[in-house]
Amino acid sequence: MADRRIRVLVAKPGLDGHDRGAKIIARALRDAGMEVIYTGLRQTPEAIVTAALQEDVDAIGISILSGAHNTIVPRITELMRAQGLAGVLLLVGGIIPDEDIASLKKAGVNEVFQPGASTQEIIDYIRSHVRRATATETK
Amino acid sequence: MSKGNRAGIDLETRKLKSPERRPSEAAIRWERDTLTPSLEKSPERRNSFTSLSGAPVERLYTPADLAEFDYARDLADPGEFPFTRGIHRTMYRGRTWTMRQFAGFGTPEDTNRRLHYLLKQGQTGLSIAFDLPTLMGYDSDHPLAEGEVGKCGVAVSSLADMETLLAGLPLEQVTTSMTINSPAAMIWAMYLVAGQKNGADWKKISGTTQNDILKEYIAQKEYIFPPRPSMRLVVDTITFGAREVPRWNPISISGYHIREAGSTAVQELAFTLRDGIEYVEWVVRTGMDVDEFAPRLSFFFNAHNDLFEEIAKYRAARKIWARVMRERFGAENPRSWLCRFHTQTAGCSLTAQQPYNNVIRTTIQALAAVLGGTQSLHTNSLDEAWALPTEQAVTLALRTQQVLAHETGLVNTVDPLAGSYFVEKLTLDTERACYEYFDKIDALGGMVAAIERGYPQKEIHDAAYAYQQAVERGERIIVGVNEFVSEEKHPIEILVIDENVARRQLQKLADLRESRDNARVQSALAALASAAGTEQNLMPYILESVRAYATVGEMCDVLRGVFGTYEEPAFR
Repeated sequence: MADRRIRVLVAKPGLDGHDRGAKIIARALRDAGMEVIYTGLRQTPEAIVTAALQEDVDAIGISILSGAHNTIVPRITELMRAQGLAGVLLLVGGIIPDEDIASLKKAGVNEVFQPGASTQEIIDYIRSHVRRATATETK
Repeated sequence: MSKGNRAGIDLETRKLKSPERRPSEAAIRWERDTLTPSLEKSPERRNSFTSLSGAPVERLYTPADLAEFDYARDLADPGEFPFTRGIHRTMYRGRTWTMRQFAGFGTPEDTNRRLHYLLKQGQTGLSIAFDLPTLMGYDSDHPLAEGEVGKCGVAVSSLADMETLLAGLPLEQVTTSMTINSPAAMIWAMYLVAGQKNGADWKKISGTTQNDILKEYIAQKEYIFPPRPSMRLVVDTITFGAREVPRWNPISISGYHIREAGSTAVQELAFTLRDGIEYVEWVVRTGMDVDEFAPRLSFFFNAHNDLFEEIAKYRAARKIWARVMRERFGAENPRSWLCRFHTQTAGCSLTAQQPYNNVIRTTIQALAAVLGGTQSLHTNSLDEAWALPTEQAVTLALRTQQVLAHETGLVNTVDPLAGSYFVEKLTLDTERACYEYFDKIDALGGMVAAIERGYPQKEIHDAAYAYQQAVERGERIIVGVNEFVSEEKHPIEILVIDENVARRQLQKLADLRESRDNARVQSALAALASAAGTEQNLMPYILESVRAYATVGEMCDVLRGVFGTYEEPAFR
């Protein structure tokens, strides 16, 4: 596979509709040369993981502001493992209190970005952590 | 006064008026002899200065900026058309603004306790926040509600929950604001029935339902049905309210969420007022006289960090709305001309880092709202970048308002900034920019049509992205985030909603579904379904369903069946 661009699924699970952050991230990743698929609002964990599989993405970015992350995120990681997506990078952004970070990481989240994180930090993180196999192919 | 036209008022004459400055001889001399040598010695920090929204701000404002300014036309005395200086003659000398802290979390019992607490602390109005399942028309036991029950507001699925929520509150004495949009008709019906059961007279109770669906499509995205049937529900509540609950504000036309989504101040104002125009057009089309309902339309604005930009926004809002109502719609009742508004300080300005800084931000934003002549105010709590506020944090936020009202002298005179060259010029510029947006939206066929094409959504997204980039380039400083950062953490207490809330709600709902008269529920819902397919006002059908203890989810499901649901297309 020659020169494949990093593919990222940006998803917004749960009932919350505040998509300012998700859309800014999507646009910043696109401007950084990545291919971004934005799921739109109110996606179930099942729909997100199915989309990740179909779109063959290297990373999934989940935006949650409503406090529902402890319910939603473990379900996503479980489905990712069941679908053989354990190698796909999983990032969570939004209002995530410090004390929840450890349990989210234990469930399989690679990194959590809290309020105030810059889009550049997120871009850098994805570039340096995306699945080695894919990254070396592009070199 | 120029004639009204479709696009907006005074627009033709305004366009002809050049906003260019004509500096006086003295000003030219000052620039040459005083300013230039001084700039050579100590240059300014930047080449250009802009407002928080990115609008250029000049070094100095002088009478030259107000060459076209006319006191009677542009300001007039308070309580007089076009109300730039305020809707009341004496403003806060008569009565200070209503201090109305938004509250809602957990079970109806939890929120009922918080509301009683806030009244005891001297709060003068109530404001209820609902959880996401309720906002989206799902009951607490719906699969999509899992993990969200009671988290962002109080869970209310049926009249039984509303009765608990309002227990012991003096509904004829306090005004209650409810932040509910897609299922506003159902939640309002619950409030009305619960009030009636407590002996409150519909002719006497007063309050506000947010009920502004257009800004949901534009910004907050808590929609259920497609725009047009949603508009019909809004119209039904406005006309029902005008006849049956005459002191209720059936809608709070909201810029708050538009701003939170990242718009500029001008976009907030223009899209909000253009939404207002859209609602008026839709109601007038049903045959109701504009003066029969317009006096009860109310507005809701954001208060962000740029003090003067915000003050100009509120002043321009009153002036534009007065002209729109009088000249575009021919309203004759002076009460129809009034832009009465609630203000909330900007949640999006709060930082998770160094949370105590948020108290300062909120204070300055509240100052803008008061100097702008708001009717009521919510001040955010310092912990709200993390969670719903604790009781301690919300008390401090309320105290902020009480200090402003009672210790600072702000309330002693009406519209104290009038006549400031800068503030008056900003007010004029804001007004002009707002009419330009009206023109664009009118050309697209109105706000519903503009939303269907993604126009306001895209304008806001572009502004939000530009702002984020400016922050990341360090052109905008956010204290504690991209400058003056400290490693030291200042831990604050955070309100946690435990999962017992959901468990208790599910149990209550299961009991209700068993104990109520289900035959009555079914027949009420069937009547609602068939009325939804006609052009009848749906409020009587919703009220009957509520009385039968049908749930918000059941009523919304009926309407989902008739109206369909909405998903936002991908706008590029």
